[in-house]
Amino acid sequence: MKRAKPFVPAFYIVFLMLPIYWLLNMSFKTTNEILGSFTLWPNNFTLENYTTIFTDPTWYNGYIDSLTYVGINTVISVTVALPAAYAFSRYRFMGDKHLFFWLLTNRMAPPAVFALPFLQLYSEVGLFDTHIAVALAHALFNIPLAVWILEGFMSGVPKELDETAYVDGYSFPRFFIKIFIPAIIAGIGVAAFFCFMFSWVELLLAKTLTSVAAKPIAAVMTRTASTSGYELGLLAAAGSLTIIPGAFVIYFVRNYIAKGFALGRV
Amino acid sequence: MTGKFTNQKAWFLVLPVVVLVAFNALIPLMTVVNYSFQESFGNNIFFWEGTKWFEEVLHSDRFAASLGRQIVFTSIILAIEIPFGVAIALSMPRKGPWVSVCLVLMALPLLIPWNVVGAMWNIFALPDIGLLGKTLNALGFDYDYTQQPISAWFTVILMDVWHWTSLVVLLSFAGLSSIPEAYYQAAKIDGASSWAVIRYIELPKMKRVLIIAFLLRFMDSFMIYTEPFVLTGGGPGNATTFLSIDLVKVALGQFDLGPAGAISLIYFLIILLTCWLFYTLAMKDEAQ
Amino acid sequence: MSKISLRQLKHSYLKNPAGDEDWALKSLDIEWSDGGAYALLGPSGCGKTTLLNIISGLLVPSSGRIEFDDVDVTEIPPEQRNIAQVFQFPVVYDTMTVYDNLAFPLRNRGVSDRDIGPRVGEIARMLDLEGTLHDKAAGLTADAKQKISLGRGLIRAEVNAILFDEPLTVIDPHLKWVLRSKLKEIHRRVGSTMIYVTHDQTEAMTFADQVVVMHEGTVVQVGTPIELFEKPHHTFVGHFIGSPGMNVLPCDFGGGGPCFAGHPIAAAGAARPAAGYKRLEIGVRPEFVSFSDHGIPVEIEKVKDAGRYRIVDTRNGDVRIQLLVPEGMSVATGSAHIQFDPGHTQIYADGWIIGEAAL
Repeated sequence: MKRAKPFVPAFYIVFLMLPIYWLLNMSFKTTNEILGSFTLWPNNFTLENYTTIFTDPTWYNGYIDSLTYVGINTVISVTVALPAAYAFSRYRFMGDKHLFFWLLTNRMAPPAVFALPFLQLYSEVGLFDTHIAVALAHALFNIPLAVWILEGFMSGVPKELDETAYVDGYSFPRFFIKIFIPAIIAGIGVAAFFCFMFSWVELLLAKTLTSVAAKPIAAVMTRTASTSGYELGLLAAAGSLTIIPGAFVIYFVRNYIAKGFALGRV
Repeated sequence: MTGKFTNQKAWFLVLPVVVLVAFNALIPLMTVVNYSFQESFGNNIFFWEGTKWFEEVLHSDRFAASLGRQIVFTSIILAIEIPFGVAIALSMPRKGPWVSVCLVLMALPLLIPWNVVGAMWNIFALPDIGLLGKTLNALGFDYDYTQQPISAWFTVILMDVWHWTSLVVLLSFAGLSSIPEAYYQAAKIDGASSWAVIRYIELPKMKRVLIIAFLLRFMDSFMIYTEPFVLTGGGPGNATTFLSIDLVKVALGQFDLGPAGAISLIYFLIILLTCWLFYTLAMKDEAQ
Repeated sequence: MSKISLRQLKHSYLKNPAGDEDWALKSLDIEWSDGGAYALLGPSGCGKTTLLNIISGLLVPSSGRIEFDDVDVTEIPPEQRNIAQVFQFPVVYDTMTVYDNLAFPLRNRGVSDRDIGPRVGEIARMLDLEGTLHDKAAGLTADAKQKISLGRGLIRAEVNAILFDEPLTVIDPHLKWVLRSKLKEIHRRVGSTMIYVTHDQTEAMTFADQVVVMHEGTVVQVGTPIELFEKPHHTFVGHFIGSPGMNVLPCDFGGGGPCFAGHPIAAAGAARPAAGYKRLEIGVRPEFVSFSDHGIPVEIEKVKDAGRYRIVDTRNGDVRIQLLVPEGMSVATGSAHIQFDPGHTQIYADGWIIGEAAL
């Protein structure tokens, strides 16, 4: 009924897909084909690059490491953000506005500023090269965001829900877990999505805080790019595989993405 | 904000967040502040230097150059991505099966690790084997981002547009879908043109999300590190050495802790002040 | 100003409607006479908003025609129909002043600023908006915003009809009657046809001369508030209008007349229904049921005090019957007998009244 210009988004999506297609294209080519000729699709289709990744532990451990710290980070960030967001959405307390603002300023801190101090801090407490170090470092950026998103969702839940539960004799923890969390489950999904997203895509801190044991896939890729010369096919295959977890997560929260953005309060 | 009641015990609820963030933010920030006022000769021996590093950094051509590049880059990015993102959101279908398809495909670049984005564009733009590079050269442009600063800038900006415009689209779309149908119906009855609908209904209703979009894009583009680092390594020469790339070189590359500390603080302050200023100006209307 | 006629109007939101339930509107024929004040009453989902949007032109019906003064306007877009519509939630252009909001429809039609000024002044006076003309519309209260929405419709001279879609939903209770009497006043002054959609019977009854009751996509009755009360043409109308609603009891035709639980019932125009019905019912409002020495035996279950009268719940077998007892009359406990006022007792076949000329 309204003016529809479907070719604008269609055009944009084609633009978005081109580099991704090129990456996939490269990942199915042999090194010879990549360097020897310019082809729009693989002429000698090969799965060799993917075989290498799935059989070489330095490669596939990179994925496991990345997913591990991303998972830990998401759980930590959302868990601590939940009660805090509840406090901000329901109560007035000393310094609440300043605290909220201070939390948000952390989102404005460039990771590059924190790279070196984090390295020293986590070495000092013996967490260097562990998953938990990366998860904690990312929490600095994710907690403010999670609090912000959750607070938006919680403010949309009428206060009568709380009051009724207390009148019915619920204790705070029981009310929070049994009644309140189910009421804002969509918000938790959106917050978890954003935590996952930032932690999954960030590299500078993840690379700085790890060396061997917890090295993220992204860092394994940079090493490949610099040390083993021109293995573009392998690099492309590794890159293509990093798109999959993100695509999965987007698919599951597709109906909430737009809403999550809208509900956060400035 | 109405209807909240005062309860100091709420502090217990925010305590975990405060402890975690304080551990993560305050200790490193103290370290940075510490460095920025001292000189170190290794072995953890420090001498008080006062504001020497700040003066040095503020007078250095290198810092001025990176800051200048950073400002130009961020301005270009904002000038392209915000209008472009709004325009795409306006032309998207509002409901139906295509909405999900659009949203999923558009959000895809946002969830690709930043170094993979860099690597992807590195491959995509190579003049000999990349689709973009090859096409541009075939069209008669002399394009090689590893050699020419102009090509490098073009690629970095195109990459950022590719990577982040979707964020603006998603935010604008969220703002648009919250407009009740009655507004469009009323406009129809009032005989409003489609431009009037955009100007008087859609843009005003999107204002809030656009402020968020602007702030997020400003912050993130001002902090950009990984993508250009992987794509160009800051080169050719220093052509695409933005603030974060420069800072990492100074801090982790040269271990010049004093200047690195000073740069860090100035950098952080610039972002904070700009965000605060923009937010205050943008919300001035609302307050009245 | 004009007469509005709907002819065999049908609408479905689906492309290929199959069953009955796919139709939002099922074949309507209504005539709204020029200058009348109508209410369109029904529960949510009965199709009243759909009907309103078809009249204003926001929707094109799947089939059938809509005519303004016998001119077919079915395909004409809303901006050319000269219609005003006020929505459930106030619609104002936030960035404009009240003046610009009111002037907007005229500017869109290329009216010169010289002509706009006096017209805006006139409408603002009529709606008591003069004091706020140069304020931003965004900061106003909900009722002022609804007035602006209304004003944007009235600003065009000679509006064919003013349509209201539950306009008082977001208005504070104590302002509702102020705004409602304003609407009445405007109706008197402007004299255009007004159609007022609501699910609230009090609102409908106080606003309208004629109430159109809708149920599941059909019009079940058109009439004055008194007609709807005294002679509901459909059991739905009996239920929906009046508080408490009409008693609807199972009925069978034994011994030549209507019977309830073996007791013959005297009813107005109780002709024997034509064969082929599935369900036969007796309808009688609680107002027209009274206690008596003989009649239908019931058990009294509950008595509720509702101020000037009491509502008594009684039971005969599984069937609940409510009656109203005026203040001051005593109510027995336990068993009792009740009777119905024959002049206000109707028989319904498959929901529709029988023994009456169809509407």
